[in-house]
Amino acid sequence: MMWIAIAVLAVGTLALKATGPVAAAGSELPPRLRTLVELLPAALLAALVANQTVADGASMTVDARVPGVAVAALAVALRAPFALVVLLGAGVTALVRLAGWG
Amino acid sequence: MPPSFRTPGHASARALLVETLPIGAAVAAYGLSYGVLAVAAGMSPLAATVTSLVVLAGGSQFAFVGVLAAGGAPLAGAMAGLMVNARYLAFGFAIASHLPGGSLPRRVLDGYLVLDESVALALGRGGVDRVRRFRLAGWTVVVGWTGASAVGAYGGALIGDPGTYGLDAAFPAGFLALLAPWLRTRRGRVAATVGAGLALGLAPVVPPGVPIVAAALGAVAAMAVPPGAGDGGHADPALGTDTETVSGVHDRASARGVDDRASVSRVDDREGRRG
Repeated sequence: MMWIAIAVLAVGTLALKATGPVAAAGSELPPRLRTLVELLPAALLAALVANQTVADGASMTVDARVPGVAVAALAVALRAPFALVVLLGAGVTALVRLAGWG
Repeated sequence: MPPSFRTPGHASARALLVETLPIGAAVAAYGLSYGVLAVAAGMSPLAATVTSLVVLAGGSQFAFVGVLAAGGAPLAGAMAGLMVNARYLAFGFAIASHLPGGSLPRRVLDGYLVLDESVALALGRGGVDRVRRFRLAGWTVVVGWTGASAVGAYGGALIGDPGTYGLDAAFPAGFLALLAPWLRTRRGRVAATVGAGLALGLAPVVPPGVPIVAAALGAVAAMAVPPGAGDGGHADPALGTDTETVSGVHDRASARGVDDRASVSRVDDREGRRG
């Protein structure tokens, strides 16, 4: 049962991921569709940021991730390099937890 | 233009690696904790490691393990994982028109590499190295995620709770950094705001994975907004600008110099058809 479930998840996930490249790679989408499709990562990434900052499954929680991501946002606004943004986000969160909150 | 002509826009392999290593490191840290949790939930170390290699989607793998740990059946875990992964359909299409295509195995292999990190890095940075960035980030995650899962699964509790190191904040921080290029355009900002709002609003009421997919509607909302004055400064002419204005695209292409042979030939095609 376990290996069948793993196979289902693997094949299903690959089907989801590969449909775009198999169907549309190398071809030119109509301009407006292309614009829409290239805005998708903005919406999805923002959703992931929001979800992974304040959500805990189905409930909202404000915890030590919030100051971490807030500092990361500041670093992004100041055009800090990627590695520094990630380090600051994790570091601030770790420090806040060390100080006893979240 | 000779095919071997390398424009100033090409980044060295070393520069690209420097970009992707932080992603690999964060992914590896989580892979370790996944490996430990998976075994704790009853998977064999081999099953945990193989899952990482063939699924390559952390969110769904944690969902799978969560269902097992709560006493659910493996197939139920697989279903939960697939819902969490639904957003990859959108990410796959987002990167597809930038991929060279080719044989079916090549397309499926590129599909395998579709991840939040690889697509976001490739589309956000843009330019000639888009495909290289995509594939390099993808393979970095394959190695980092699978390797770390193996170490965690076979090696036991090696780093403890990732939260102690603030690693749970590392991902939203990283995604925020990857999101930054889109935030410089008006449409990108609208897409991001609506997407985040939808995800947060829906999270309490629908199953996991669905809020993120619904957030894709943020891109639709952004299309209703005219491109802003700041749009067009981005390397990708399709982002936030009216691509039906051929002269506008051509102006931007000539202002940047030729930094993408493919986009220039597309401009020529459009002019040819209209001419």
